Amino acid sequence: MNDTLKKEMVGRGTREGAALFRDWFQDLTEKAKNGETAAYVFVMGSIAEILRTFDLPMVFPEIHSLQTAVRHVADDYLNVAEDYGYSPDICGYVKADFAMQMQNGKHPMGQIPKPGIAVLTNACNTYLKWAEIWERIYEVPMVSIDVPATREAGTRTWPGDDQFEREKKYIKAQLMELIEICEDHTGKKFDIDRLREVLGHVNTMSSGWKRVLELNQSRPSLFNALTDGTVYLGMSNVFRGTPEGAEFFTRLVEEMEYMSANGIGTLTDEKYRLSFIGVPCYPIFRRFNEMFTEWGGSFVMSSYLWFASGGSNLGFQYDLTDPLDSLSEGVLISVRDAMDSMFHPELTVLNNSKEYNIDGVVYHPIKSCRTTSAGMADNRRALMENSDLPSLFIESDMMDSRVVTEAQMKNRIDAFFEGLASRKAKATIGV
Amino acid sequence: MNVKVMEKWKNKSLDDILWLCQETVEDTEVMTVKRWREAGGKVLGHFQVYFPEEIAHAAGMLPMKMFGAPVEPRIADSRFGSYLCSIMKTCLEQVLSERVVLDMFVTHPICDAARNLAPIWGRNFDYPCQILYLPQNPNSSYSVQYLKEEYERIQGVIEKVAGCKISDNDLSNSITVYNKNRTLLRELYDIKRKEPWLITINEAYVLMAVGGLIPKEEHNEILGTALPMIKNRNTRKQDRIRVVFEGGFCEQPPLDMLRAIGRSCYVVDDDLLIGMRYLLGDIIENGKGPLHAMAESYINNSTYSPVQHDLRKPKEKMLRERFTKADAEAVIITAAKMCEPGLEEQVTYTQELDKDDTPYFVSEFEENMTSFDHIEIQLETFVENIMFD
Repeated sequence: MNDTLKKEMVGRGTREGAALFRDWFQDLTEKAKNGETAAYVFVMGSIAEILRTFDLPMVFPEIHSLQTAVRHVADDYLNVAEDYGYSPDICGYVKADFAMQMQNGKHPMGQIPKPGIAVLTNACNTYLKWAEIWERIYEVPMVSIDVPATREAGTRTWPGDDQFEREKKYIKAQLMELIEICEDHTGKKFDIDRLREVLGHVNTMSSGWKRVLELNQSRPSLFNALTDGTVYLGMSNVFRGTPEGAEFFTRLVEEMEYMSANGIGTLTDEKYRLSFIGVPCYPIFRRFNEMFTEWGGSFVMSSYLWFASGGSNLGFQYDLTDPLDSLSEGVLISVRDAMDSMFHPELTVLNNSKEYNIDGVVYHPIKSCRTTSAGMADNRRALMENSDLPSLFIESDMMDSRVVTEAQMKNRIDAFFEGLASRKAKATIGV
Repeated sequence: MNVKVMEKWKNKSLDDILWLCQETVEDTEVMTVKRWREAGGKVLGHFQVYFPEEIAHAAGMLPMKMFGAPVEPRIADSRFGSYLCSIMKTCLEQVLSERVVLDMFVTHPICDAARNLAPIWGRNFDYPCQILYLPQNPNSSYSVQYLKEEYERIQGVIEKVAGCKISDNDLSNSITVYNKNRTLLRELYDIKRKEPWLITINEAYVLMAVGGLIPKEEHNEILGTALPMIKNRNTRKQDRIRVVFEGGFCEQPPLDMLRAIGRSCYVVDDDLLIGMRYLLGDIIENGKGPLHAMAESYINNSTYSPVQHDLRKPKEKMLRERFTKADAEAVIITAAKMCEPGLEEQVTYTQELDKDDTPYFVSEFEENMTSFDHIEIQLETFVENIMFD
C-alpha cells in the first residue's frame, strides 16, 4: 500500500468537511455583520433546490444550535430562553436559537445573520412552532411545504399510484407558490436552467451519500456513523445543491472505496458492530462515542443519517428534463422517507442487519425531540419481538446537559457490552 | 344503527342529566362504547384535535373521541419514554387494557408525539391505525383540493372496515346531524358568554365531552333537552371575574381542576375539546360534493389551536379576539405537562397580553393530577388582585 496515498486519502472527508464548514460559517458571519439576511431552513426538507436557484444564503438553525452543545455552551443559551419564559420541557434547539436571536446572532463560531425568509416542511411539527417565533420577531415570510407522510406502515405509494400522483400535485402547487414568494423576496425571476444545474449537483450528492452509507457494510467499518457520519451529514445539508457539495461527495466516495478496497477501517479495534437510533448526545458528543469504542463498539449504521439528511440516503435522482415535476416527486419520496425513518427505524435495521453484520442496536431517546423519541420504547419492543438483536435504551438529551448523566449512562453501556461479550462467547462454544 | 347507549336520562332533572354526563365522561370502562359494540356496532377511535366524524358516522360506525381517561397507564407506560404528555399514555392504555375495543384508529399530525401514535398503535393492533394528514399548509391554494382527496382516502379505509359503501347522500345526512350538534354547542357557549352563572365550567364541559363517547343523534337529544333547562335555571349571579381558559385543546384538565377554577371565576370561553367546535358554522354543500364542503369548511371556516399554523390566524391575535368577544377580564393560560405546542404558545400568549396589561394566570396541568389546593389558592389570590385593584 502506498503510504503517501493512504495518508492523503484516509480522513480526507473529515478534514475537507471541517474546512468547508469553517468557510461557510465565516461567510455567514460576514453577511451578518453586513446586515444581510438569510433563508432559515431545516435539515428534513430544506428545499435548497429552489432557494439556491435564487442565490439565497441558508442558515440551518438545528446545526447552529447543536454546535453550542458540542462546544459546551448550550446551557448558557438555554438559560436565556428559559428566563424569557420557555419551558425546560421543550426542544433545546428552539431555545438555543431563540437565545441567539435575542443576542444578535451571537454564536461560538461567529455570528448568524437574521432571517429574511423561513422555509420548512412538516417533517417535524416543532419546525412550525419554531418558524412562528421568527415570523413574530422579524415579520418575515414563513413558507411551509406540507409533505403527506406514510399513513400506516406498509402503505407507501409510488409514482403511478393515484394517491402518490395526487400528493405530488399538492407538493408541486406548494413549490410553485414558494417560487413566487422567492421572486417577490429577491426581486429575481425564477430560472429553470439554474434549477436544473442545482438539481444536477443534488443528484451527485445524493448518489454519493447513498454509496457512502452502503460502503460501511465493509469490515472493519470505514467510518463511525455517529461521529464521522455527523460531519458528512452536515455537508450533505449545508452544501446541498452546490458544486462544492458535489465535489465533496465525489471525493468522499473515492476515499471510502479506497479504504474498503484496502481493508482500512476506523481507529476502533472493531469487535461489535452497532446500529444507532435517534439523535446524538451532543453535550458529551465525543465522550458518548468513547463509551462504546472503549469496548470495541463501532457504529456502522445510524437512523440519524437517514432522517436528518432529509431522506437523501435513498439517493433519489432528479430527472433534469422535467425539473419541477421531478423535484415534487423527489421531495415527496425523500422527506416522507425521513419521517418513516423516525417512526419505523426498526424496519430498516431489520432489513439491513445481515448486510451490515449488526451485533446490537442502541436507542437514544431524548427529552428535546418527541418526533424521534416518543415511539422508541415500543419500537424496541417490536425489534426484540422480530429479531434476536440485543438492544440498549438510554435516555438523555441532544442539548440539555442537566439531563445527561454520564456515570449512569456508562453503567448501562458497560452492562450492555458485558451482555454482548457473553453472547459472543456462548456462540463461539455453540451454547 | 339506532342504538341508545346512555343511561336513561329522559324525564330527569337538569342536575341528574349533568350528573349522568359526568359519570359517563369519568367512566373508565367507557360503557357507552361497550353498549354500542354489544349491539353489533363498529367503533373508530380518533385522537385529538379534529377529526371529520361525519365520514365514520355515514358508514354507521361510532366515532369515539379519544381525549384521555382517568386511568393508570400500567401497560402503556412500557411503550413510551419519559418526556411525554399523559394523554398519549392513557389513550393507549384504554385499548391495551381492553377497556375500549376499536375497529380502526386515526391520529393526526398535530404534534411530534401524536404522529407517533399511528406507528405505535399499528405495532400493537391488527386493525387499520392511520394518520389522517390534515394539511399543515392551509394557506396553499391547493389545500382544499388536497384535503378533499385525503378525506376520500380515509373514506375508502373506513368503508373497508365498516363493510359498506358510503354514498354522498349518507354523508349529507351525517353533515346535517353534525351541523345540528355544532349549532347546539354554539348555543351552550352563548350561554356561557352571556349568563355564565347559569352553568359552571365543569358542567358545561361534561355536557359537551359526553358527545365524544355517544352517537351524535343522542348527544343532540341531550343538548336539546338540557339547554332550555339551563336557560331557565334559577341561579343567582355572583361576584366573580370573567375569564377565558386557554390550553385545553388536546389533553384535558381534570374535572376537579375545572371545579376549582369555577369556584372563583366565570369561564366565559375556552378551548376545551376545541375539535368538537373547530368548524365555526354549518358545513354548507357547494355542489362539489359533501367531502369538498367539509374540506372547505375546515380550511376556511374554522377556529384556531396551537397545533395548526395558518397565516390568517396568528394565535395571539385569535386569543385576543376570543377574549374580546367574550367580554372577559382575564385569561387563564394553561398547558398540559410536556405538551410542546401548548408550552411554546404560553410564551406567545403572555407576550401578547403584556402589551396592554391584560391580566393572566399561567399554570400547567396533567390529566391525572389529584391535588388542586395550590392552584386554587394561587388563583384566588390572582382574582382578588383583579377585583380589589
